Amino acid sequence: MAAVAARYQDLQDLGVEIISISVDSVFVHKIWNDYELSRMVEGGIPWPMATDAAGNVGKVYGVYDEESGVEMRGRFIIDPDGVIQAIEILTPPVGRNIVEAIRQVRAFQHVRNTEGKEATPAGWEPGASTLKPGPDLVGKVCEVWKP
Amino acid sequence: MAELSCAGPTGAYVSGQQVKAADESESVSKEVTMVQARVGKAAPDFEAPAYYKGDFTTVKLSDYLGKWVLVCFYPGDFTFV
Repeated sequence: MAAVAARYQDLQDLGVEIISISVDSVFVHKIWNDYELSRMVEGGIPWPMATDAAGNVGKVYGVYDEESGVEMRGRFIIDPDGVIQAIEILTPPVGRNIVEAIRQVRAFQHVRNTEGKEATPAGWEPGASTLKPGPDLVGKVCEVWKP
Repeated sequence: MAELSCAGPTGAYVSGQQVKAADESESVSKEVTMVQARVGKAAPDFEAPAYYKGDFTTVKLSDYLGKWVLVCFYPGDFTFV
């Protein structure tokens, strides 16, 4: 969470709100934030830290593990229409890469801003060329884009 | 939302979720009808108690309509990764 918080300003600049969720109670969230996370991130966690003790939310989102009673590292990018655009789920030992999440948000925002007229190729970064899906592009991606 | 108290500190509620009482003769303890989160589909709404800027409050996903949202699940507070 501290890693996400360190990039919080980047996400705010993109107009992205954050909700973090675990099975811990709000009381544990408070102590973790106040006594540890606030030492890693100035001011502590700046978004709502939600609790899902029974795993009700986690089950619906496919991240709750019944055996261990905890939630996997699931990351969901949801657009302004409330539609899920991206899902990443990792088992607990490997941390996520928030930089990739930010890249994906930028790409989805670009696609949305073009009303779907443009698509972003693999590894796209802002400023790089995009693809314009349509009959003219079929069989010619190799002419406009190289891996 | 579920009442927040020492006895029931949590109780996240998922929109559309219905837990039906199980027939005791069945081996499956309960039948759960729920939508599943999928890319390209509407994110299932949820409402959950939350800690936010020093206060205990409630967070509801549908309150964020009109904004981009990053929802991050993680195994537990005080974990190391």
